[in-house]
Formats: sequence, structure tokens, C-alpha cells
Amino acid sequence: MDQKQRSSFTYPPRNNSPKESFNPNYDYPQFNSQNRTESPYTPSQFFNSQAREWDPHALLSNLSFLEQKIHQMQNIVREMIRTNEGQNCNTSELTAQRQLLTTDLTSTIIQLISTAGSFLPTIRTSLLSGNAPIPQLGSSILSASSAPSPSAYQPNPSPDYEELTKGWGENVVESAGQIQIEDLDVKEGEDVGQDGDTLPIGSYEVLQLEKEEILAPHTHFCTICGKGFKRDANLRMHMRGHGDEYKSPAALAKPAREPGSQPIPVKRYSCPFVGCKRNKEHKNFQPLKTLLCVKNHYKRSHCEKSYTCSRCNTKKFSVLADLKTHEKHCGRDKWLCSCGTTFSRKDKLFGHVALFQGHTPALPSDEVKGKNEEINDKDDSGGVGYNDGDEYLDMKGGYFSPMVNFDSFSFEGLDEFSRTTFDPTENSFSFLRSGSPDFARKDPGN
Amino acid sequence: MEMETRMKKRIRVEANTEPSESPFEALSEEILFLILDLLDSNPLDKKSFSLVSRSFFAVEARHRRSLTPLRPELLPFVLSRYNSISHLNLTLCPYLSDASLSSIASLLGPSLRSINLSGSRSYSHRGIESLANKCFNLEEIDVSNGVELTDEAAAAIGRMSKVERVRMGRCKKVTDLGIGCIAVCCPNLKLLCLKGCVGVTDLGVALIAVKCRKLRSLDVSFTMITKKCLPAIAQLPNLEDLCMTGCLGINDKALVTLKQGFKSLQALDMSNCQNISQASVSSILQKNPSLHHLNLSYCSPVNSMLSGLHGVFKLNSIKLDGCHVSTDGLKSLANSCISLKELSLSKCSGVTDEGISVIVAKHKDLVKLDATCCRYITDLSLAAITSSCASLVSLSMESCTKVTWEGFRLIGRHCPKLEELNLTDTDLDDEGLTSLSQCQNLTSLKIGICLKITDEGLIQIGRSCPHLQELDLYRSIGITDKGVSEIARGCSNLETICMSYCTSISDESLKCLSNCARLNTLEIRGCSLVSSVGISAIAARCCNLSKLDIKKCYEINDAAMLSFARFSHNLRQINLSYCSVTDVGVSALASISCLQVVTMLHLSGMSADGLAAALLMCGSLMKVKLHVSFKPFISPVLINRVESRGCMFQWLNKPFQVQLESSEVWKQQSHDIFVE
Repeated sequence: MDQKQRSSFTYPPRNNSPKESFNPNYDYPQFNSQNRTESPYTPSQFFNSQAREWDPHALLSNLSFLEQKIHQMQNIVREMIRTNEGQNCNTSELTAQRQLLTTDLTSTIIQLISTAGSFLPTIRTSLLSGNAPIPQLGSSILSASSAPSPSAYQPNPSPDYEELTKGWGENVVESAGQIQIEDLDVKEGEDVGQDGDTLPIGSYEVLQLEKEEILAPHTHFCTICGKGFKRDANLRMHMRGHGDEYKSPAALAKPAREPGSQPIPVKRYSCPFVGCKRNKEHKNFQPLKTLLCVKNHYKRSHCEKSYTCSRCNTKKFSVLADLKTHEKHCGRDKWLCSCGTTFSRKDKLFGHVALFQGHTPALPSDEVKGKNEEINDKDDSGGVGYNDGDEYLDMKGGYFSPMVNFDSFSFEGLDEFSRTTFDPTENSFSFLRSGSPDFARKDPGN
Repeated sequence: MEMETRMKKRIRVEANTEPSESPFEALSEEILFLILDLLDSNPLDKKSFSLVSRSFFAVEARHRRSLTPLRPELLPFVLSRYNSISHLNLTLCPYLSDASLSSIASLLGPSLRSINLSGSRSYSHRGIESLANKCFNLEEIDVSNGVELTDEAAAAIGRMSKVERVRMGRCKKVTDLGIGCIAVCCPNLKLLCLKGCVGVTDLGVALIAVKCRKLRSLDVSFTMITKKCLPAIAQLPNLEDLCMTGCLGINDKALVTLKQGFKSLQALDMSNCQNISQASVSSILQKNPSLHHLNLSYCSPVNSMLSGLHGVFKLNSIKLDGCHVSTDGLKSLANSCISLKELSLSKCSGVTDEGISVIVAKHKDLVKLDATCCRYITDLSLAAITSSCASLVSLSMESCTKVTWEGFRLIGRHCPKLEELNLTDTDLDDEGLTSLSQCQNLTSLKIGICLKITDEGLIQIGRSCPHLQELDLYRSIGITDKGVSEIARGCSNLETICMSYCTSISDESLKCLSNCARLNTLEIRGCSLVSSVGISAIAARCCNLSKLDIKKCYEINDAAMLSFARFSHNLRQINLSYCSVTDVGVSALASISCLQVVTMLHLSGMSADGLAAALLMCGSLMKVKLHVSFKPFISPVLINRVESRGCMFQWLNKPFQVQLESSEVWKQQSHDIFVE
């Protein structure tokens, strides 16, 4: 795995590296392997050579070198602070210092990444053999410079390792080469239902990336200014700003797969989360098909959902694309469960309700309003207690009188009868208002 | 004035209690309760009981558990007297507001177990909510016909956590969401009726089946369900009764693919499901040995299904109304069932003497046979039936015109247990009727359009059938006062009698019939000799009268209406078209407090104003049929008002037709229809 990742680094050659003693291209293993083995490159060969030549002493020396470099940078920064405090600082000088610092930092980072790259779990090393799309990198890289063997770098167990490998991991993701579009736009081929899953076990290789590799935001870095990019093509566009040599069609062209290279074996990915079904240790392991699947799966299943929909403020997502998809129909989710979950489809809601105990479908209409009205009704009725038997006993005669209200009005102008004064049923039934004076007056029988 | 009368009452009551020597006072409450337990049959008995003394009055109030109020306006009074009511039937109160429901809820509270609101349309979900809040012991609720009820009402029902039986037929606005609330919150549900709830789909029904595992009876007739919810329904462990009438979405595939399920099903109603076929029915039968009742009425492919039946089924009752049933089909049915008790072949084409004979020969325990409109059966069938089915209780042979007097004689001789007999539109004559009088257990006899019968036969019936409760003499024009008075004398339990278009009937018959105190339904349409005198006699003495049809009794006038207003406090339904009733009569009628359905067409003496006054006065109206010519004269405000109380208007445009058509012609017409 390390090999593959390293081999797929997309950094352009760095002839102008600030520290010549440290060759940033050391991490292009194909170059090294070529140098070393003096044989035409084959991934397996290359891998073998790597595994064989790994040397902790070299790693140690590399790390001490980095330490020195960091000290240098510390000095520069102190200098900057001092000049700042000592008033009248020359702005142009400050800018120059900053630039210097940036470049130094970038190269340090890169070096550290490569150092770390040579120090990765052996499992992945074995898994990754021979699948690196090395030829993509082209001859320009290979001819760039001579470099110390990457195997010379000692693994660094410091916490920095984790952070620094991020960028390195990003490279891996992009450099798989199959993904050409921004992951935002890609959602298919996800955790479920890959046709490739029917592959018999053992007919494919299983790769597993670390959490940090999966979550890294950028996978391509400018070797000059250190800016990160998600796509290789964007990086190449960016590189044009650094000089004319990057504007040549060759430099801008998409690195083509070298013809004649061996067919790439089928790869499947494993989720680093132990216990997950997508983890290769799982009993019913179901591999993920692509690196994008890995990314999306990991974010969705094992990460915090940090993207909140700004419209409904309830739905949360861990994958930005999911949020955007949701936003397309947010507000049109009319199927609501009592637990607050909304669904865009009724059958989904009913599936949810059937699954969970005590969840009920919530009614979309204004229940609150209904309750208020009810209260008002009760208020109306509160005036005359219907438990007070005498109240309606008094009215009884009125109800029994067969000709109630009959003589008391003319039939002309029915429209003008107001609802309260002329309505035998309403009055006679609504015992709540049985004391209504209107009714009593109208009632001729009593 | 009111106060005065009340004071008087009190004084009188005190005067009564003072001596207290009454032997009734010595009776303990337990004994009185026992007496009351035995008084269940006639509601009037209990009323008389409670009038004996104050303590009887109080005991009766404590004893009463079920109540069917006639007038909603008296509910608070009634409920404060009867405060331990557990079953409340409000079907006679069409105007029932949310406020009255909330008052019921607070008056009865936890003692209320069952409430029936199916007769009212004017309440909303808020009333049900107040019931749900206060009556937490409610087990049964019927909100059928609540066409305006929404999902909120269903959600309120869902809040009654103890509810076991919910009927919500024709609640058209209720959707899956409301049903879902009920499904989730009512785990004890045992009976659910969703008949005609067109808003309910597979999702809701499936959720019910998933959540309410105790369900025993489910009615999803006339809904839009499809095969998608069937697997869930089939998994209900206790389902005994499933009714899927008119579910056109249910098809063969749905039923055949059900591998298992319906383990406890006993009754299945699939009438009017036109998309099912033989394969599905036989697969259901074979998978459900416990199925006892099957209804396949109006399912077209029944005949092929019957021929395809194999195996042994425990069916007790099968209905094949309106299907084509061949002799072979009946043979295989006879062979594959162990013991049929009820068979309905009403309006089946293809039924022959042979088919009937095969069935009855095999199933001697047949209790109920319906062969309405099986026009090809003759005396041979009757010979087979009477010789083997001695326990026959109910027989319907309407329009079986080939049966002769000999057949009827066989019925009279061999079927002593017969209780219900329908011989409408047959060739029955006096001789047949006389032999039928040997069936002394008859409770229901329908001999309409039997033009040959006369008083002679009817007198025999009247003398020997004392249990008769229902008698139909529609268009049997040979009947006169003599026969009817004999019936009135002999059959004192008579509850329903139809003498429409028996033109020889006069006031004399009605005077005699007024002796039948239980009479509740009287139809004398077109009996032009009847006048107010006769009908007033009925009104005065038959206080249970609830349905009355006096259309085209031209002699009946306001006097009859006034006596109804005075005596008939139970009158619910009346048709007085063509009568000589004026505004006075109509408004008198309107004072009957539980009148629900009125048909008033071509009342020459009624004015628009009189009608308006009557409509306003009669608060219990549910349906009024009027001639369309009145419509412009009634204020739309008034119509709205009356409609908002739960009344429905039906404006008819029937032409004025005085002359009665001859009954022979009518019979001939029916002949032609059936011969086709």
C-alpha cells in the first residue's frame, strides 16, 4: 500500500527545492527502484525492493534532519517577531521572510510525509503490492533528481505523524486514478449493492486506509506553495501560475497510463473501523468498491454529522453531497414521525413507524390551533355548569312543548334571523347556554 | 310557572313518601336489580318500573348500563340521572356538537365503556379528543359515517389506549396517517372496521396488521388495498373474520402467492371482488381448514371454482349470490364440504332441481337456504329439500314461479321448524297458505305479489302462527279487512306489517292492528280507503311505531298528524306523500322529537312557509325528501342552518301520479325481467 500511495504522488518535480540536501522526490519509489535495481520497472519488483531495503537508521537520520530544519524555521519566526516589535519593519522584507517560511514549511511537511510513508503498517504493504499506477507519473518526474532511498527514513512514532500523513493519504485517494470528478457530485457506487461484491473472496485485493487518510480534505499539494487540491487537474492548472515551464502541453496533460503495463488487479477496500461490516475482520465482510465509497461510507457511518441543513435545522449529514441532495427537497418532506424525523415518502415513514416501538405518524396539520379552539369551547361552556340539574330542569318545559317557537316569528325574511336569537335546535340542545335570555323570551309555552 | 309546577311535584313526592307503608320499600336493592335484569326485552317495562316509587326510580337509574337517548338536548339531565352508563348509543342524535361530547365525557368519565356516534355528522375531532381525555376506560367506539372526520379524529381515537373495537366506516377523509396513529397506540385492538375508508391504502392496513397483533376482526371493504398488505394481514395470529368486499385491488396473484397465514381465519367475505379466480379461492380453502364462513357473492368465476374444488372443507356457510352456478359445481361443492348449514344461491343462474337435490341429499343439516330468483327449480327441488332437511329454519324462494301448490304443501308438512319463509312473487294460493299454517314457529312470512291468496288463507295463518313478527302482503290484492283482523287477533307479537297496495284495506284493519302493541313498522302505501280515523287508532295504541309509510293514502289528513304528535314519540321515519296534510299537520309532525327521515312529495296543502317552520322546529331530522319545486321558496340560509344540524336534503323531481298501476301488470313485468 505504501508503495502504491507513494508511487502515485502527483507532485511535480522540484528542482528548486530550498534544501538540496533533502530531495523531495525521494518518495517516488519507482525512481528509486529503478536506480537501485537497474531493471525495468515492475510493481512487484519495486515492492520487493522496498520491503527489503527498509532501514531504521536512515529513518532516524531523516528525522534528525527534519529537526534541524524546524529549528531553522523557529529562528526565522523569532526574527520576524523581533522585527515586528522593534517598530519600523520593512514590509517588503517581511513579505520575503514570510515567503521563505512558507516554502520551508511546505518542504518540511512533504519530507515528513515521505518519511512517514516509509513507515507504515506491514499489513498494508503486503496488500498493496503491484497495484500502483506508477507509470502515470511520467518521465519528467523520474529524471528530476537523484534521491536518497525512501527506505532510509525511520518511522516516527510521534503524534505529528498522524497529522502529517493526512496529506499523504489524500494523495492516495485521488491517485487511485479512477476518480475524475469531485466527490460532491458522486454518490453512486456507495456502500450498498456493488456488483463487484459478488466477486469470490480472494479474487480481489483488499486495501485498507487509515482514518486520517480517508478524512483528509485535499489530496494534491502544490510543491511550491503547498496549496492543497482535491483534483490533480486543478493542481496542474494551479501550477501554471508558478512559471512557464508548467504551461507546456506535456505538463498540463493528464498523466497517461503507460501502455503495456500489466492489467491492474481488482481492488476492494476495507473500512478501518473495527466491527463495521465493511471491515475486513467482520464475519460477513462486504468490501467497498472504490475509494469514494470508502470515503462516503466512513463519513456517513463513523463520523459526526457536521453539516446541518440551514432550512430545517434538524437534518444533519456527514457528507456534503448528502446535504445538497437533501436541500433540493428540504421543506417538501411532508411525512413526519412523532420522533421528529421527516420523510419525503409515505412508505418510508410507515416503514420507520413499523420498525420502532411507540413512534406514531404525526399529523402535518395545525394541531395546536385545534387545541386552542377546544379550550375556547370549554370556556364558552364554563358559564353554566351542566352538572347543575336545576338549570336544565327549568328549561324542560321548553323542550317538551311541541310548538316551541312556532308562533313567535313570522316566516318572512328568514334570512334576517340571527343565529343566536332564533335557533331552536341550537338553543335547545346547547344546554351549555341554557340560560340564554333570548331563548326564554322566545318561548311562548312557558 | 315552571317553578310552581316543580314545587307541586316536590310536595306530591313528599306526601307519597310519608306513609312509607308501601311493601315495595321493603325490597332490597339486590332483589330489585335481579328483577331489572329480567326486564331487558321491552324498554317500556323499565320505564314503568321506575315510576313505581322514588327508590325504584333511583334503583333503575343505578342499574341501567346502556342508554339510547332520543333527544340530545336532554342528555345532561339524563346522564346526571344515569351516571353509571357504560354503553351509550347516540345514533338517534344527529346533531351532536363537540360541546355535548365533552359534557358526556365529563359526566360519565371512566364509567363509559362503549359509545356509538355513527348517526351523527356534526361533531369533530375535538369531541373525540375530550372523550379520549376523560373516558379512559372506553373499549368500543363507533364513528361510522363521520364523513367529515379527519386524521386528527383518528389520532384522538388512538389516544384511547384501552380501545378494543373501532368502527369507522365511511370516514372518507381519514388517511393512512390517522390509521397509523390508531395502529401504534391501540395495541389491544380486536375489531377494526374500515369499510369505505377510501383514503386508507396498503400502508395503513399493513401497519395495523403489524402493530395490532390481537386483531380478531378486520373489515377493509371498499378500500383501495392491494395485494401489498395481504402478507401482513395473513400473519395476524388471531384474525378470525376478514371482510374484503369490493376490494378490486385484490387479485389472484395476491392470494395464490400467500404461502401461509390466515391460520385462525373463520369467516372470509370476498363478495364483489371481481379479480379473483378459482385458483386463489381453492388455495385459501386448502390452507385454512378452520374456515367456516365464505362469501363469494358476485364473484364472476365462481362456477369454474366450484368445479375445481378438491379436498375436504369444514365450511358451514357459503354464499354464492349472483354467480353462475352449474349443477356440476353444486355437486363438487356438496362433495367437498363436510356439513353445510347455510347456503345462499340468491340470483344464481344455472341452478336446477338436480343441483339442489344433490346439495340437500348430502347436507341434511341445512338450516338456511336462499334460492331467490332460481327460476328453474320446481316442486322436485322442494320435494328433495323437505324430505332431507327437517331442521330447515329459513327458506327463501322469492320469484321461484315454477313451484306449485304441491311444493308449498310439502313445506307445510315437513318443515315444522321453519321460522322465516319468503314466497314473494310465487304462485302461492289459499290452499298453499293453509298448509303453510302448519309451520307454527313462523316469525317472518313474506307473501307479497301473491295475487291468488285471499282472506281464507290468511285467516289460517292468523289462527295458527302466534309467533309471527313480520308479515309482508305487498300487492297481494286479494287481502281484505277480514284477513288482517284475524292476523291482528292471532299474532299479537306482530312488529312489522306491509300492506302496500292492498287496496281493499280500510280503517277497520288498522283498528284491529292497533291491538298489536309491539308494532313498529307499518306500510300501507296506496291504501286509499284508509283515513285519519284508522291511522289515529294506530298512533294512540302502538306507541312503538317508528316507521310509517302512508304514501297515496289520500284520505289521511292533519288529524292523523296531530295524533302522531301527541302519541307517537318513537316515530323515526315517515312517508306522507300525496296525503291531504296541510301546514298544520306538518308542523305538528315536526314536534315529534326523534323524527329522522321524512318524505313529503306532492302534499297539496303544504306551503313553503309551513315547510320552513317545520324544518326549523324538527331538530332531529337526518334526511328530508322534498319536491324540487319547493327549493326556490326555501331560504338558502334556512337550508344551511338545517344542514348544519346534520340533516340531508334530497330534492326529487317525481311527476305527480295519482293513478295506481295494476298489480297484475307489475307481476307480469317482473316475469319478463326474470325470463330474460
